Amino acid sequence: MTATDLLRPLLVVAVFAVVPWLGVSNATLNFLVYMLIVALAAQGWNILGGFGGQYSFGHAAFFGTGAYATAILQVQLGVNAWVGLVCGVAAGVAVGLFVGFLSFRSGLRGSYFALVTLAFAEVFRVVANAAGFTGGAAGLLIRLEPGVATLQFADRRITCMLVLGFVGLGLVISTWLTRSRFGAHLIAVRENEQAAEALGVDPMRVKLGAIALSAALTALAGCLYAQYFLFIDATIAYGPWISVEALLAPLVGGAGTVFGPLIGALALHGLGEATKGIAGSVPGIDLVVFGVVLILVIAFLPGGLMGGLARLAGRLRTIARGRRPAVEA
Amino acid sequence: MYSTEIVLEAVLNGLLTGGVYALVALGLTLVYGVLHIINFAHGALLTCAMFMVWAAWAWLGIDPYAAVLVVGPLMFGLGYGMQRLVIGPASRHDDGNILLVTLGLAIVLENALLAGFKSDTRTVATDYALEVVSIGPLLLSQPRLVGFAVTIVMTALLWLVLNRTDIGKAIRAVAREKTGARLVGIDVDHVYAVTFGIGCVCLAVAASLLMPTFYVNPRIGGAFVLVAFTIVVLGGMGSVVGALLGGLLIGAVESLSSLYLGDSLGQLGIFLIFIVVLLVRPTGLFGARV
Amino acid sequence: MLVAEGLTKKFSGLVAVDEVSLAVAEGSLTGLIGPNGAGKTTVFAMLAGFLHPTGGRVLLDGADLTDEPPYRRARRGIARTFQITQPFAGLSVHENIAVGAYLRHARRADAMDRAAAVAERVGLSHELDKPAAALTVAGRKRLEVARALATEPRLLLLDEVLAGLNPSEVRDMIPVLRAIRDDGVTIFMIEHIMQAVMNLCETVYVIAQGRLVAAGTPQHVCAEPQVIEAYLGHGAAARIAAGGVHARG
Repeated sequence: MTATDLLRPLLVVAVFAVVPWLGVSNATLNFLVYMLIVALAAQGWNILGGFGGQYSFGHAAFFGTGAYATAILQVQLGVNAWVGLVCGVAAGVAVGLFVGFLSFRSGLRGSYFALVTLAFAEVFRVVANAAGFTGGAAGLLIRLEPGVATLQFADRRITCMLVLGFVGLGLVISTWLTRSRFGAHLIAVRENEQAAEALGVDPMRVKLGAIALSAALTALAGCLYAQYFLFIDATIAYGPWISVEALLAPLVGGAGTVFGPLIGALALHGLGEATKGIAGSVPGIDLVVFGVVLILVIAFLPGGLMGGLARLAGRLRTIARGRRPAVEA
Repeated sequence: MYSTEIVLEAVLNGLLTGGVYALVALGLTLVYGVLHIINFAHGALLTCAMFMVWAAWAWLGIDPYAAVLVVGPLMFGLGYGMQRLVIGPASRHDDGNILLVTLGLAIVLENALLAGFKSDTRTVATDYALEVVSIGPLLLSQPRLVGFAVTIVMTALLWLVLNRTDIGKAIRAVAREKTGARLVGIDVDHVYAVTFGIGCVCLAVAASLLMPTFYVNPRIGGAFVLVAFTIVVLGGMGSVVGALLGGLLIGAVESLSSLYLGDSLGQLGIFLIFIVVLLVRPTGLFGARV
Repeated sequence: MLVAEGLTKKFSGLVAVDEVSLAVAEGSLTGLIGPNGAGKTTVFAMLAGFLHPTGGRVLLDGADLTDEPPYRRARRGIARTFQITQPFAGLSVHENIAVGAYLRHARRADAMDRAAAVAERVGLSHELDKPAAALTVAGRKRLEVARALATEPRLLLLDEVLAGLNPSEVRDMIPVLRAIRDDGVTIFMIEHIMQAVMNLCETVYVIAQGRLVAAGTPQHVCAEPQVIEAYLGHGAAARIAAGGVHARG
């Protein structure tokens, strides 16, 4: 990876970084923080699902583990929030490796992998809802105590910058995947595992690396969620909603692309807010739109928004060169 | 420790519940066996059917059992149309796409119901909901007994349709060899849609059996969908008899784990079975195909 | 350098490969021929590690590889191509080859340079930026060879890289293979096209119905009655000797 490779991610982060300081409302800041947390979780999904081609329907398992680990450490053991964050990510990675090792060793892929990840997430949800140290059905409340040490900021613009920083990290990791040996191996395994193995790629190691990295980012999103909203319960942390959010954004934005998850999260949640604005706040109406968008993207926009943009750019270039656009295969 | 009678009663009631689970799983396994797709919208479709049964009772005063005569055809139409107009064209027969399109449909259906009916829980009041039948010292719920009997009948009926009718033969031909079926003049897209429709009819029947003793809200399908997947995986993807046996087994397991672990952990046993079966033997315990 | 000892593979009782022993000498161009369904690809799969033999051993320079997975064997310097080409469809030709090059070059720039050099050798230089899925059959066969070659192997296992090519494409490919060997890469190839085998290989093994029936120089092997029978049916050797083969063919 060279400095020029990092130019575009930095540019995108810079654009997002300006917005909070333009005197926008608290509601907009709220929207931004929430959208960026979703985008971060989605970036995690994209590493395994997009670059690696292993569609998980249970990224809630990692998100929730991050959220619970950081919350439990602070609430029950009085640990510093930053340490909690690091531990939350580590716990997410551990869960990722556990789930990954069992599933990949059994050769699960495609729909079966989707199902088994979904089931793991549900097991975590049921246990978190019943166990004592998770606060059970009542959930966990993190004490409101703004400060750098507690990772809570009275000024939402600061929170926004913090989350954006991590999203930027996600962009850098994704860019690295497109420019590195590990990334090439991961994509090769996605495209054809047998051929990759013939070329000296150890598929198990590559997939485990991918799920660890993937779980780390999604767990990080969980930690930030807990630290921002200061409350979690089993349905929030391990519920299907976050598994769905984490996969919708990359699929709509463009799975296996650097900017897909961020663009997808922005597009979906922007559209969600717009729908609420028009239809009033009917519960579930934004999700109806999300579902329709997902189906439309799969039907008409293979490669998502980024794929569409790439094709558009390609066509414009051909036209600019004064030739007729090439017929698509 | 519980007395033998309590345990036995739990097992029997579990088996009866398992009957309805089996019916839900039957639709899922049929669609998998023929179309080779995992239908994530199955739970949401069950919720739809349950709302239809509820609406027939609440708005038109139709008894939940009788409602199947209306809801059955409606669900068939919904399933047929969904496969023909949405899943088929949108997914272009790519497995990954199908998975995601059915997930998209699940999200749309579930949340459209949420938008329309809010998250309130609704029930149907009948005078037979609490009737029990006593067999020796054991008390069994009458509606569940009816549900169990109907499940057996439905399984037999489905078997007959698949093995003794022209459309059944076409379905089996398509399940086995799609290209060959197309070559001998079978309209594969129609057969796919009919299969999907039949899967939805199973849900309509399950819904009318469930409503007298159960409740409905827009999120209820989620509770059933993983159970149904577990049964299907346990019984062997695509196996009708496997779905029936798997359903009964899961019903009993759930009932027993609720008895010993409490309600909140009751489903844990199911999920763990699901994971173990997927990891160890994804072809299921009872192998055979449609 | 590569030795197979008594390789046997059974699929649920059916013997696909039966006690096949062979040796590929360092620096040689060795062929494996046989009629359809003889078990050639199964032998290759066992040599490359994609199938675990029911019996027998695979040795590379005396080291037992029998229990090693394919990627380990690739790291030891055994590369293979697939009879049914297996491109990474979503990647460009250049990136496809780079996946192979990454085995010995960790940095992207090095791997990409290496991939371009390999493409040059097999005649894919002009197709580097094409998506792999857009290649013709001949192009895909070249890509298979290029990807395997990019791992910088000592031994190259080629599974019917000439099959499906037209005669002029075959003519173009033969010097490419010879050049690879001349650069010091040992080649063991499965081939259907007899003319190519006669032309290229110094040693040929013939298997039929899972068994080794002959070994030696191409000229020697083609004269063996068992080989003729394996290809043309029972009694064919006698008819050829009697000059009667034309009546059948």
